[in-house]
Amino acid sequence: MADLTNTETIRPGWFSTLANPTTFMRLSGKVLPWLAVATLVLFAVGLTGAFLAPPDYQQGETVRIMFIHVPSAWLAMMSYTIIAISSAGYLIWRHPLADVSAKAAAPIGATFTLVALITGSLWGKPMWGAYWVWDARLTSVLILFFLYLGLIALRQAIDEPGRAGRAAAILALIGAVNIPIIKYSVNWWNTLHQPASVIRADGPTIHSSLLWPLLVMAIAFTLLFVVLHFKAMRAEILRRRCDALIARHVRGDAARAGTEEAANA
Amino acid sequence: MNAFLALLTRDLTLALRQGSAIGTALGFYLIAVSIIPLGLGPDLALLSRIAPGILWISFLLSAVLSVDALFQEDRDDGSLDALAIGPLPSELIAASKSLAHWLTTCVPLIVVTPLAGLLLNMELNAVPKLLATLAVGTLGISFVAGAGAALTLGLRRGALLLPLLILPLFAPFLIFGVGALSGAAGAFSQSILLLGALSLFSVAAMPFAAALALRLSLE
Repeated sequence: MADLTNTETIRPGWFSTLANPTTFMRLSGKVLPWLAVATLVLFAVGLTGAFLAPPDYQQGETVRIMFIHVPSAWLAMMSYTIIAISSAGYLIWRHPLADVSAKAAAPIGATFTLVALITGSLWGKPMWGAYWVWDARLTSVLILFFLYLGLIALRQAIDEPGRAGRAAAILALIGAVNIPIIKYSVNWWNTLHQPASVIRADGPTIHSSLLWPLLVMAIAFTLLFVVLHFKAMRAEILRRRCDALIARHVRGDAARAGTEEAANA
Repeated sequence: MNAFLALLTRDLTLALRQGSAIGTALGFYLIAVSIIPLGLGPDLALLSRIAPGILWISFLLSAVLSVDALFQEDRDDGSLDALAIGPLPSELIAASKSLAHWLTTCVPLIVVTPLAGLLLNMELNAVPKLLATLAVGTLGISFVAGAGAALTLGLRRGALLLPLLILPLFAPFLIFGVGALSGAAGAFSQSILLLGALSLFSVAAMPFAAALALRLSLE
């Protein structure tokens, strides 16, 4: 029989220590200002590089849209990966911080997906002559956007936070399994209907004067995601603490009312 | 296995004796197919060309709208709770329910599809191929829809939420289902195999997701 009163023997690993909401609040609070400053600096450098870069010989000035578009598209996929990993963590270990992470990442990921779609269609108008073409990539990103909307809508439809988190986690994992299938089928569909060369020539391999601002922007966007994600997670943890305090307060009132009634009777 | 068959037989008997669910899905399917030419114009050449797409899309919508009630009635009258404490694991409950949905909704819809194809001036020799894609693909549709129905069970606006959650997941089925009839060389055999793979994958994987969701909604 294990000695359950001896808590010294139960030693959490470094990950569980980090995943403790209180530790997370303390560490993320310290790191956030530095990350925010780094994000701003990288954006300043990346945007300067993006505007100073020479216009592309084929795409002209519209190539600058790429500096926003490509990092947004990367983050659209990265956010879903983070949601899927957090959801698996929540379903397996029931760790509340994993649910907080999944919940906080969904609207951010949806926003980056929308930015990628909008900048893509703005780029498409001069390049392809239409704001929207049913290119394989556009179509699969559009479906990804609908998956994000579904996740957010399902969570909003359930009042009880624990249940909402688990339902959203199940849906996120169904989506994660299906995303590669959707991507593959959309590629198949597009090549079946029209050869890819008509729609888009990938153009020459990217020139270094365009490549370095793109990489800087990619890092800046990733840091922006981390900052927004941490901020949203902190807000969510605080919201849950408020809810817990309110619940305790209400229960306390009810208990007090109960004892008063008992005393009066 | 006996419990699985008993549940399946019960659901089939209920669906046959009530009849209203099957009738509604059929009616919805036919009205959806008939209303599209009103919007596109009576050009028979155009309709004949896009008929497989129209039929597949109408089929998907009918299947999604009818799946909402899959667990709802059993939950309302308490039989879902009784099933949950019975010997059958929730994975098999979900699988049986999804299979019942396929047998009671998708099979009748497949049966009336030649008639719907006639309305759209579909080429007669393409009809058997279309029926084959529907027969292979819609089994997976029922299982994905079953997981969606379990997730939205008992939610406010659940009937409206369900299509938003599962229609994006139907994109591969639609693509391969309609792609099989594109007429390109080898497209039929290739896409019907992929469609079969999709269906088998859904049959194998979706009951686990549905079971998680069912246990969640019964807590």
